[in-house]
Amino acid sequence: MSTSSGIDASFAGRAYPATRPYEVGREELREFAETVGAAHPAHSDPDAARALGYPDVIAPPTFAVKIAQMADRQFVTDPAAGIDYSRVVHGEQSFTHHRPIVAGDRLEAVLHVDSVREVRGTAMVTTRNEIRTVAGEPVSTVVSMLVVRAAG
Amino acid sequence: MSAPSAAPGRPAFADVEVGAALPARSVPVTRADLVRYAGASGDRNPIHWDERFARSVGLPDVIAHGMYTMALAGQLVADWAGDPGAVVSYTTRFTNPVVVDAEHGALVEIGGVVAARDEDARTVQVDLTVTCAGAKVLGRARAVVRLP
Repeated sequence: MSTSSGIDASFAGRAYPATRPYEVGREELREFAETVGAAHPAHSDPDAARALGYPDVIAPPTFAVKIAQMADRQFVTDPAAGIDYSRVVHGEQSFTHHRPIVAGDRLEAVLHVDSVREVRGTAMVTTRNEIRTVAGEPVSTVVSMLVVRAAG
Repeated sequence: MSAPSAAPGRPAFADVEVGAALPARSVPVTRADLVRYAGASGDRNPIHWDERFARSVGLPDVIAHGMYTMALAGQLVADWAGDPGAVVSYTTRFTNPVVVDAEHGALVEIGGVVAARDEDARTVQVDLTVTCAGAKVLGRARAVVRLP
């Protein structure tokens, strides 16, 4: 069923197969940390990370969104979902970390479309990505609410 | 697993009281920062770097990625805790865009207050106040962090 914003509300409740493994690298974490002003050496120096009890350098708290947004594209860019990405703004974001993401992790995301709601032509779409290692260890739960503004 | 030991420069759970303020900071944001964040995060939406595109979809100008602002604000908590891996949850609403002028950029003001303590989990909840040009850009921004 299509809402008046053109979004197919029947996507609500859908779960997608796990994404292909995402390999987390030290240099990528160092670059992301530098970009967001995360100066702690645990992001760039494996010895500093080990001193805090981690096996290797760790990601800043919001890095998981990179993996979640990649997974979200399965839904957001699906023409059948009917989302005009040029009208999408970010409404809400939530992270629950079961443990920090660590360099060397091989992660997969399972995307769930938790809800599709619409108020006066503006749609609110909530996705949830359960990020886990390929061995099945839970790492992060990332919930994103996207607002699709009414066509002007 | 043993409890982490207190380390120099890290606040101890026992010493942190509800109502304690974290040191506030102001973070300048430029267009170049947004381009770097687009590259590092993979979020290449042109509303974050192309002024003409941003205006064509009804925005006042280029706006910062909400996730960039959220990341900057979360650093206040991660830096205070002294262990970025100790942030166990972090949530926010995006209430107003950070509009980034080509010449002058933007200035994001970040403050935080300890709002709750959990004795069993040895965590504290920090409520963040994040504004730009007088407007609240993050709403209900809160991080839960584990302390030694």
